Amino acid sequence: MKLIWQLFSTFFKIGAFTLGGGYAMLSMVEKAVVDKKHWIPSDEFWDMIAIVQSLPGVFAVNTALYVGRRIAGKKGAAAAMLGAILPSIVIILLLATIFREYRDLPVVERIFKGIRPCVVALILAPSLRMIKSAKLNWKTAVIPVVTVALIWWLKVSPAWVILTAIAGSVVYALIINKKVKQKEAEP
Amino acid sequence: MIYLQLLWVFIKIGVLGFGGGYAMLSLIQHEVVDHYAWMTTTEFADMVAISQMTPGPISINMATYVGYTAGGFGGSLLASFALCLPSIVMVYFVIRLMTSKKTGAFMSNLLKGLKPAIAGLIFAAGLSMMNAQNFVQIGKGENNISIVICVLAFVASYFFKANPILLIVLSGVVGYFVY
Repeated sequence: MKLIWQLFSTFFKIGAFTLGGGYAMLSMVEKAVVDKKHWIPSDEFWDMIAIVQSLPGVFAVNTALYVGRRIAGKKGAAAAMLGAILPSIVIILLLATIFREYRDLPVVERIFKGIRPCVVALILAPSLRMIKSAKLNWKTAVIPVVTVALIWWLKVSPAWVILTAIAGSVVYALIINKKVKQKEAEP
Repeated sequence: MIYLQLLWVFIKIGVLGFGGGYAMLSLIQHEVVDHYAWMTTTEFADMVAISQMTPGPISINMATYVGYTAGGFGGSLLASFALCLPSIVMVYFVIRLMTSKKTGAFMSNLLKGLKPAIAGLIFAAGLSMMNAQNFVQIGKGENNISIVICVLAFVASYFFKANPILLIVLSGVVGYFVY
């Protein structure tokens, strides 16, 4: 029972104090789970992170579920997950209630008039960095262009675009796997 | 009815949301602004700013906010839980398969293949928000300030990796004095 509570409080703290999304959280999780509590050895932790990163869904929640399950089974997973999401839910509920009450005040409206174009920039910038880091050639460069055209211009549902991209990526991953196998087979 | 819709929307987002919180932006925007019209594009931009500035996973923040806007307190709990549901199933059943080296390598190749499309998805979400509702009076005299804020924030974020929260606060201060 003590372990369940510790899992909850560890992830609650991580959820309550990490700004800037999943990856900012990672070093805090490592510090708590690997260095301080010695729940999981370091190499296993990083192997697990590599897998969890490639899964869909909320990265922090996937990590919490895995760590919780690994240490204390189903109850542990539930406790860690609740710990990770509870601060978000409480804080956002408070802020949303306040914001919806006061959003029509001229002061608030002025501030948010300044913020909105900044939000747009904060979405565009990382997506371009991501395109850059994907090291595209002239063939693969078509992918983001087509994606943008489909969603922004033709208003296709992003869900269909993702499903199509998954199908393409499965083929791609299978080809890579095959190539690796062929290389291994060669003397 | 609204609860069922929230449940369906966020389960879908939990299943298809590869590549972190920002990758879910486009999915959320499509459902919440275009399809169900739970929010205007301005409210959506405000929500992204608030979710970015508060601690915790940005996608959980957004799910809570959308859920609250569409269905009140119950809606907020339901949306956040629905977003986690696919993860619960995955970690419960799939993770043992995944821990084998072979599937692990396959999944990481899959994500590599998805990356260009995810980047396009995020970029499209940003473009869709570049409209007259979020950029004050495009085409009139006052407009340039919105564009200046956007360009400066972009340069600071893209080239200098400036802290997003700092940029949001600064833009808010600029907005307060300019408008």
